[in-house]
Amino acid sequence: MRKIPSPFVNPETQAFWDAARQHRLMVPFCEDCGRTHWYPRAICPHCMSSKVELKPNAGTGRVYSFSIVPGADGYAMAYVQLDDGPTLLTNVIGEGHATLKIGQAVRVQFTPSEDGTPVPMFVVG
Amino acid sequence: MTVTQACIVGAYEHPTRKATDKSVAQLHAEVAKGALDDAGLSKADIDGYFCAGDAPGTGPLSMVDYLNLKVRYVDSTDIGGSSYLAHVGHAVQAIRAGKCSVALVTLAGRPRSEGQTAVGPRFLNPTQPDLAFEYPFGPTVVNMYAMCATRHMHEYGTTAEQLAWIKVAASQHAQYNPHAMLPQAVTVEQVLESPYVAAPLHRMDCCVISDGGGAVIVAHEEIARSLKRPVVRVIGHGEAIKGQLGGEVDLTYSAAVYSGPAAFAEAGIKPADVKYASIYDSFTITVLMQLEDLGFCPKGQGGRFVADGNLISGVGKLPFNTDGGGLCNNHPTNRGGMTKIIEAVRQLRGEAHPKVQVPNCDLALAHGTGGNLASRHGSATLVLERRS
Repeated sequence: MRKIPSPFVNPETQAFWDAARQHRLMVPFCEDCGRTHWYPRAICPHCMSSKVELKPNAGTGRVYSFSIVPGADGYAMAYVQLDDGPTLLTNVIGEGHATLKIGQAVRVQFTPSEDGTPVPMFVVG
Repeated sequence: MTVTQACIVGAYEHPTRKATDKSVAQLHAEVAKGALDDAGLSKADIDGYFCAGDAPGTGPLSMVDYLNLKVRYVDSTDIGGSSYLAHVGHAVQAIRAGKCSVALVTLAGRPRSEGQTAVGPRFLNPTQPDLAFEYPFGPTVVNMYAMCATRHMHEYGTTAEQLAWIKVAASQHAQYNPHAMLPQAVTVEQVLESPYVAAPLHRMDCCVISDGGGAVIVAHEEIARSLKRPVVRVIGHGEAIKGQLGGEVDLTYSAAVYSGPAAFAEAGIKPADVKYASIYDSFTITVLMQLEDLGFCPKGQGGRFVADGNLISGVGKLPFNTDGGGLCNNHPTNRGGMTKIIEAVRQLRGEAHPKVQVPNCDLALAHGTGGNLASRHGSATLVLERRS
């Protein structure tokens, strides 16, 4: 089994990872410009407002692009576009990862990293 | 008032591809010496120094001291492999502003001796703001660039065969380069039969990993005209950075859509005027996307543009990377921008190998992409002209 490196958590991203430990996917939303962004920041990358709130996300989306590494055990590198949010760099894991298609529906599945911190990966369906 | 012009007066590519017996600082010094000898200048003439993240220690502090230079201008802009093209643009501006008159740009490193691979993660700095949201998922140079290829194929119908033609063209050129790491000409079939490193990119869609380096010297045109080499004037420069756009990721284009037009506008030329192009070739998909973004063909038609040998010198319409490029010749310290400039200078001087020399080559483009095309990358474009 491959090692999943654990995220470096810092004060700016602590709340995101606290929610992740409860398997809740939070997506930053800007109260001023009304747009979501990724990766999470304290300052909105669209308008520079600091009124950024983490909002719960359903964790469903579609594959924007992907790559499969031969011999890599059980995962595809992917960009997933959330149905109501930004596009995330992630992995698609589990059954169906090896026959992935662009546009395919996927949903979040938190997966423990080396130190136990869950990271948002996705599964088909 | 006449605008001060600046020229590339010295260019040198280190012949080594594996430097187990040398230090990084030593390689930087060797390429500096090579470029000075090429120009016919001496160390005392240098009053500006440029380097990027491959320089040892603390960059300009370490290297200016190591070389024992006396400079009045330094720049250590690091936008990955495209840094050195940006450095040349910055050197021209500094020379125009009177801040220096002879600028040395060096690149060198030994990733091959140090056992680096293209499939391991790099750049692990915990302050990097994206790291926590990407590193757990195992991004590598190859699987990330592969996602650009997957999306391009999906959007525009680009095929693996078309990408393979880029490697075929590079290999046709590399067979005449005695220093090339991979001097054998290959076929489209051989590229497609080589194993996937990260689908849809095969082994032969990927550049080499090599030690080595290169250097160029940019000088005031009055100095250039006092030397014995052909005058290669820098007439256009553009640079840009493109990232994930706050999560609105679009892998179909690169920052070349900004740096290219800026360089063409400054030069007052259009892509069709270019007689030779050095195009960054970390992977075949890199070349294809940059050709589109620079305007050599419409977006989405890169596959058709590169097919059937269109990039082969003496065969196609746009001879590219006549040294064999990063795909076959050299990709020193994983930063291919310097060698792109050097081969363009060779072409403009008429010093490329006779089998690949473009006849009457008086206008050339050199373009680089640095960092990672699928997440965040720099882009720099130069237009160079041979003057009589």
